[in-house]
Amino acid sequence: MKPFTSLDALAVPLDRANVDTDAIIPKQFLKSIKRSGFGPNLFDEWRYLDHGEPGQDCTSRPKNPDFVLNKARYQGAQILLTRDNFGCGSSREHAPWALEDYGFRVLIGTSFADIFFNNCFKNGVLPIVLPAAQVDELFRQCEASEGYRLVVDLAAQTITRSDGTTIKFDVDPFRRECLLNGWDDIGLTLRHADKIRAFEEKRRAEHPYYFA
Amino acid sequence: MEAQTLYEKLWSSHVVHEEADGTALIYIDRHLVHEVTSPQAFEGLKLAGRKPWRVSSIVATADHNTPTDHWERGIEDPVSRQQVETLDANIREVGALAYFPFKDSRQGIVHVIGPENGATLPGMTVVCGDSHTSTHGAFACLAHGIGTSEVEHVMATQCLLQKKSKTMLVKVEGELGRGVYAKDIALAVIGRIGTAGGTGYAIEFGGSAIRALTMEGRMTLCNMAIEAGARAGLVGVDDITIDYLRDKPFAPKGEQWEQAAAYWRTLKSDDAAHFDRVVELDATQILPQVTWGTSPEMVETVAGRVPDPAKIADPVKREGVERALKYMGLAPNTPISEIPVDQVFIGSCTNSRIEDLREAAAVAKGRRKAASVKRVLVVPGSGLVKHQAEAEGLDKVFIEAGFEWREPGCSMCLAMNADRLEPGEHCASTSNRNFEGRQGAGGRTHLVSPAMAAAAAVTGRFVDVREL
Ligand code: SF4
Repeated sequence: MKPFTSLDALAVPLDRANVDTDAIIPKQFLKSIKRSGFGPNLFDEWRYLDHGEPGQDCTSRPKNPDFVLNKARYQGAQILLTRDNFGCGSSREHAPWALEDYGFRVLIGTSFADIFFNNCFKNGVLPIVLPAAQVDELFRQCEASEGYRLVVDLAAQTITRSDGTTIKFDVDPFRRECLLNGWDDIGLTLRHADKIRAFEEKRRAEHPYYFA
Repeated sequence: MEAQTLYEKLWSSHVVHEEADGTALIYIDRHLVHEVTSPQAFEGLKLAGRKPWRVSSIVATADHNTPTDHWERGIEDPVSRQQVETLDANIREVGALAYFPFKDSRQGIVHVIGPENGATLPGMTVVCGDSHTSTHGAFACLAHGIGTSEVEHVMATQCLLQKKSKTMLVKVEGELGRGVYAKDIALAVIGRIGTAGGTGYAIEFGGSAIRALTMEGRMTLCNMAIEAGARAGLVGVDDITIDYLRDKPFAPKGEQWEQAAAYWRTLKSDDAAHFDRVVELDATQILPQVTWGTSPEMVETVAGRVPDPAKIADPVKREGVERALKYMGLAPNTPISEIPVDQVFIGSCTNSRIEDLREAAAVAKGRRKAASVKRVLVVPGSGLVKHQAEAEGLDKVFIEAGFEWREPGCSMCLAMNADRLEPGEHCASTSNRNFEGRQGAGGRTHLVSPAMAAAAAVTGRFVDVREL
């Protein structure tokens, strides 16, 4: 996994609650057996005026000028501001794959759906949960000033604005370590292989019917 | 010993290792696999030169992409076909306890085939790269939907990295009225707590109305727990659970059955157990539910009206409702009963089991599809469900009513195959998600129970099934 330490980047405000994984990456793109290349189809139904299909060249498709990601001032944004319950719906990891492939490394919102939240950490994307008042403020500032950038520092757990003011955020210590170091979960878990084996043997003896 | 919730019992019996911050390695008993979320996991495993930890934990099927008619033609969409063939090849190479490939007589939706084969047993941890894995919690399993990285992690280590959830008890007391089903309870709960209301929780469903539900009803309810944001849904074990499992192909037999059943009976919350949150509903007050918007929490009773954004003070909420009404093509205050229905879908892991089909058939019997309804799809959840329905003559009831009787699969629940809505069409659907474009780009989904879907099919709108 790509490590994440800090990021100084442009933010884009996606002012909607309950953005679901079907919206993040529509189902027709789930037929792929690869994990890359989903970026051009991120938010496909909102971003383009026509219907997208896998394997299409997206550069010549008609774009929806009203969709925030298409506005000139937000090109190159790597921080996504959003509202409540972002990433609800399916477990598809294609959603963080698409966000990451597009360029997003940080998501800031008031809450994230559980499976999506997990999936982000496995893909070097940092979802940050903040209280509603702080998210509101970020939205206001981001919409008001063109070129609005934030510096996100994972080790310090801070978001710093261009005027120098900072916001603290919380992140699970274990997940933070993994993300900072780009550790592979499987490798970490396999350090406990003996424990897993011992647990399994005991369980097999006590409940053989789970091992049929 | 301190009183424990069912969730705590299941959790503590699966912890292999715990980090200082509470992140734990949880042992996984059953791994359900399907074609959409597994190819990248199998590939990752191979690239890292790792072998699956315990192949006998894997039960696999192809369901999301498979067509529901003309099976003799195979899978015509080449991209879908490649995904299904990739699963075939991966299982051939790696192995599994059971594999029900495309066209197999026991193929079906992954959350239907697990329980009906007894591959889902009380006390297990069950995972699948699909959010509706919460379904299996109906059997007092700790069942989680996981992403593809986690699918690979479980294959390689037989464990999942997890933090303990908070616990919520949703207590539903009283008797459900006629024409009101588990689906209506599920939608009423989501309407009450919201789609993020369960975030961070495992929800246990209890109370006399839940005890009275069949296993299929409990599966419908736990299936929708994820739509309330919960990581898992749970129902404690009772006689109904045990009776359902007896003689299922992968259920224990003989002496082992007795041993297992004795253990399973302990899998319920202790009377004095503490829950972090308790939500109570009166079953007698629940009416048939219909969603009007683009999130399952946007729900009303069939007697209600769609909301008026002008009356909503919170600006984010108001905008959400405005956007949903625009997408759904509905004017504020429209009575639910006046929404016209273009298509009807009876199926999905929420409502495609035999009892669902019986409820739909009871409404369809002796009636005809309304002329204004273009198509009614009835898609059984599995080959076994299809076989049973045909043995009972339900297929004939549907066909005589002008409905289409299809082969099993996910079908128009997510429209990855050819079954989908046209832009602007309204659909009465027994599935679980009414997100924008879920059943086809521009399609408009209204979630309902199977009986309500059948009633919509024969009248062309949403009517209270009790008045038919
Ligand atoms: S029926 Fe629908 S919700 Fe269920 S597994 Fe299939 S696609 Fe997912």
